Amino acid sequence: MTDAVLTHSDSRMGALPGWRVAALVAGVVAVALAISWIVPGGWDYPTQAIIPFAEWISAFMQWLKATFTWLTRGLADLVNIPLQLAIGFLAKGYRIYLTEGFITLPRFSWVGVCAVAAFVGYRFGGLKLALLSGLSFLAIALFRQWDSAMLTLALILVCVPICVATGLLVGIWGYLNPKANRVLIMPALDLLQTIPTFAYLIPMLLLFGNSPVSALLATGLFATPPMVRATVLGLSKVPQDIKDFADMAGCTRRQKLWRVLVPSAKPSLMLGVNQVIMLALNMVIISSMIGAGGLGYDVLLALRALKVGQAMEAGLAIVVLAIVLDRVSQAAAQQRPEQDAMQKPWFQRHASLIAILAVLLVTTLASLGLPAFGKVPNEITFTTAPAWKAAVDWVTVNYFDVIEAVRITFLLYVLNPLRAFFEGLPWLGVVLLLAFAAWRLGGIWLAVIVALLTAFCATTGLWVQTMATLYLCGVAALIAAAIGIPIGVWASRSDRVEKVVTPFIDTLQTIPSFCFIIPVVMLFRVGDVTALIATVAFAVVPAIRYTNHGIRQVPHELIEAGTAAGCTKRQLFWRVQLPVAMPEIMLGLNQTILLSLSMIVICAMIGTRDLGQEVFKALSKADSGKGLVAGLAIAFIGIIADRLITAWVDRLKAKRGLA
Amino acid sequence: MTDVKRPVKLSCRNLWKVFGAGAEEFMRRSNGAASAQALSEARLIGAVRQASIDVHEGEIFIVMGLSGSGKSTLLRCLSRLIEPTYGDVNFDGRDFLKASDTELIEIRRRKMGMVFQHFALLPHLTVLENVGFPLSVQGVPKTELKKRAQAVIDLVGLKGREHHYPRELSGGQQQRVGIARSLAVEPEIWFLDEPFSALDPLIRREMQSELMRLQNVLKKTIVFITHDFDEAIKLADRIAIMKDGEIIQIGAPEELVLNPATDYVAEFTRDVNRAKVMSAQSLMRASAAGGQHAGKVDAKAKVETFAAAIVGANLPFAVTDGNGRLLGEVTPQAVIDLLAGRHVKQAQP
Ligand SMILES: Nc1ncnc2c1ncn2[C@@H]1O[C@H](COP(=O)(O)OP(=O)(O)O)[C@@H](O)[C@H]1O
Ligand SMILES: [Mg+2]
Repeated sequence: MTDAVLTHSDSRMGALPGWRVAALVAGVVAVALAISWIVPGGWDYPTQAIIPFAEWISAFMQWLKATFTWLTRGLADLVNIPLQLAIGFLAKGYRIYLTEGFITLPRFSWVGVCAVAAFVGYRFGGLKLALLSGLSFLAIALFRQWDSAMLTLALILVCVPICVATGLLVGIWGYLNPKANRVLIMPALDLLQTIPTFAYLIPMLLLFGNSPVSALLATGLFATPPMVRATVLGLSKVPQDIKDFADMAGCTRRQKLWRVLVPSAKPSLMLGVNQVIMLALNMVIISSMIGAGGLGYDVLLALRALKVGQAMEAGLAIVVLAIVLDRVSQAAAQQRPEQDAMQKPWFQRHASLIAILAVLLVTTLASLGLPAFGKVPNEITFTTAPAWKAAVDWVTVNYFDVIEAVRITFLLYVLNPLRAFFEGLPWLGVVLLLAFAAWRLGGIWLAVIVALLTAFCATTGLWVQTMATLYLCGVAALIAAAIGIPIGVWASRSDRVEKVVTPFIDTLQTIPSFCFIIPVVMLFRVGDVTALIATVAFAVVPAIRYTNHGIRQVPHELIEAGTAAGCTKRQLFWRVQLPVAMPEIMLGLNQTILLSLSMIVICAMIGTRDLGQEVFKALSKADSGKGLVAGLAIAFIGIIADRLITAWVDRLKAKRGLA
Repeated sequence: MTDVKRPVKLSCRNLWKVFGAGAEEFMRRSNGAASAQALSEARLIGAVRQASIDVHEGEIFIVMGLSGSGKSTLLRCLSRLIEPTYGDVNFDGRDFLKASDTELIEIRRRKMGMVFQHFALLPHLTVLENVGFPLSVQGVPKTELKKRAQAVIDLVGLKGREHHYPRELSGGQQQRVGIARSLAVEPEIWFLDEPFSALDPLIRREMQSELMRLQNVLKKTIVFITHDFDEAIKLADRIAIMKDGEIIQIGAPEELVLNPATDYVAEFTRDVNRAKVMSAQSLMRASAAGGQHAGKVDAKAKVETFAAAIVGANLPFAVTDGNGRLLGEVTPQAVIDLLAGRHVKQAQP
């Protein structure tokens, strides 16, 4: 393998020398442009030829709504039961209706919840996690975010078990039935994970109204896919020996599944649970637009009213909540059963649970007599909002000119021309070019799929918006890569740098996308520049992570072989490490693009003019047809990018004998 | 053990496992006889080809071959973890391949035990729960389960570790758990697929002795797989040698050493310590009438056990059968030749 890699690194573009590749590309581009010019309607898609997908979908949704009211009602009522319980106990107090009037059970005391948070942290991760978790909850209480945070938490607590159970069952089905997995489940997951979050909201809004139930279901759709993937992967990864053992022990199929396979796959499954939690939090925030309420709603309201301080505070509360949930669920995933646990009587085995319930009960009872336990007393809370506002004001007063100059220059000389260029591209030419690239990279089927998906964006009359999205997403991904890859390279070459970078990107990755917008908006106000900066900050993580990882895992023998062959350090990097790490770096780039796309769409809230804006507008009008079509167009951009890059990576790997 | 014919417990006839698209169809067309070349032309992999073995009750039957020679595949066919492509398998005199799913579950629950190379312990269960697992899937009541699991745990010498988790045990201990677990249901036939290959040499030797100790008590029918010829010689009543999916010779260790069927087998046996393998019987010659004997050995005694004595005495020993009847004699010279590695020809009694 050593030799293969060293020789192949010189022929990166296959057998063709550089200038012939360039000529080929130029030729193909020219031909594509020429065809678009010649074919009538090949440049700008003719309005009269627009296929009314949007109207069809709207009609279908109306029919669905009318026909299945009983089903949606039933589902809503069903989901509402645990939801009201959770909201009641954590946030608002639970009402029990009697024959006449009702009694309200008090919500859990904030003191008790903080104590429980600390205790759970301690149970899974020792003193350090106890402090992190307990103090974070305390901070949320003291910064006056308690009510909203508990509402958000309630939604997550109800949503996560539902997602996990659903994901587990679907994943098991996929594992047991590889064909269904390949043709149905995996493509559906791809689609679910690339459709922008807003687009989920619309059909939910239509079917279930503006309510926490809609928010919950949208969140479920968005957060379940990683659980399915983790389940399929985890079950497949159970060693063959263990599967054979189950058969030889005479397990029935059910026993084999539930008593052998699922428990053996637990580490993978728990990783899935962690991802579900993080995605659920992310989505619950976004779902605040359709009635979820909670912290996301606070941010949204504050941003709309340009109340910088409030937005920042609520945003920080989200971040804190996210970090706690992430760390605690990761620690829980690494929990192993205690030795001798089964020997103890039940009340010792469930000691933690009993303690938690006792703490909640005692503090909540106490809150009946002591109001300070029920509601965080105003005297001990404080707000940082004025400080944030003052800081922003100060920056604005002192640096307004500089910031404005940077913003305007960037907008006028870089972004606007690029946007004009992209929006001016002929749809037919782009379809042809992408199909050609797909054909070269992955064969005829990929070409057909790519052509169809691209054509969808044009035939629905959304070509200009599609190109605007592509431009924003492309620029953001490019900048993120240009920042992230060098940092990744740097981290890979120095353990010290890696040590600094890792916790930083871990935290960045934990923060819900929504929160990136807040600080940027304060300084740069709304518009493309803000969207770009927020997107880059959000999407830079995988570029760093994959690059670092890819270079670090270059086999040691290769480097030694290179050194023995007399490579300088520089040559070693450019001709051995980088080429070998290339597939991994490309995968990072792929992730960066997908993250950029999802973020760009959210930036519709701050006034970008692209597909995201279409979805956003549709959301405010509850127009499911328009919203879904624009959402699909966005998903298709993601899918095309993903497929092309994956095909390219596969080819790179095959060529290097690494596949 | 091999001289008394015991009933056959498990056998297969012309058994094939062929991997690849259309393997079944291909084997049906070739009527259970396909050359290696025909297989490779059809782009099929013949993992096991025309294997026929008989495993007798109470014997240790060893399948020996290099990695990739098809040992595991053969074992998986015999236990029906995978379905053979062609051929017959008989278990307890019944067509095992015809057993329905429920019958199969029942047979595996009560009559079969298996030990795996990488232990295959369930990570989320303690030693006691792991060992009790096969009982618990049968629905054995809790108290009885605990009693029976504890008994086998004691048997393999793991008393005191019942409540440990697998990850807290060393490799050797983990395999003891694997062994205990496979014995918990008191199986009639015991499959072991390279059970000691993942262990360090010292531990491996210890486990081999442990296995012999257990077998002296339990007298199971054993199919044992290994790629280690020394291990095979040490444990086997009979050995089947596999190469490229085919069984090229079956015989007692002594037979393999004395009469290797092919150069391939000879290659394996060349460095074997013969004194450990050969018995008095195989060095025996007809006793000269009125000849002097310095001592008496059993026909089945390994040369190793009396070599020092006979060379010291410098006189032939009488060879007797189980009932003390004189069969012939062994000369010191024959033993010295054997120890020196000079060619030994089987003497006719
Ligand atoms: N599921 C399978 N598909 C294709 N080939 C297989 C499969 N399982 C085993 N083989 C092939 O069958 C041969 C024998 O494998 P195996 O029985 O595992 O050998 P051993 O246990 O002697 O090391 C090997 O060449 C292996 O590649
Ligand atoms: Mg094997």
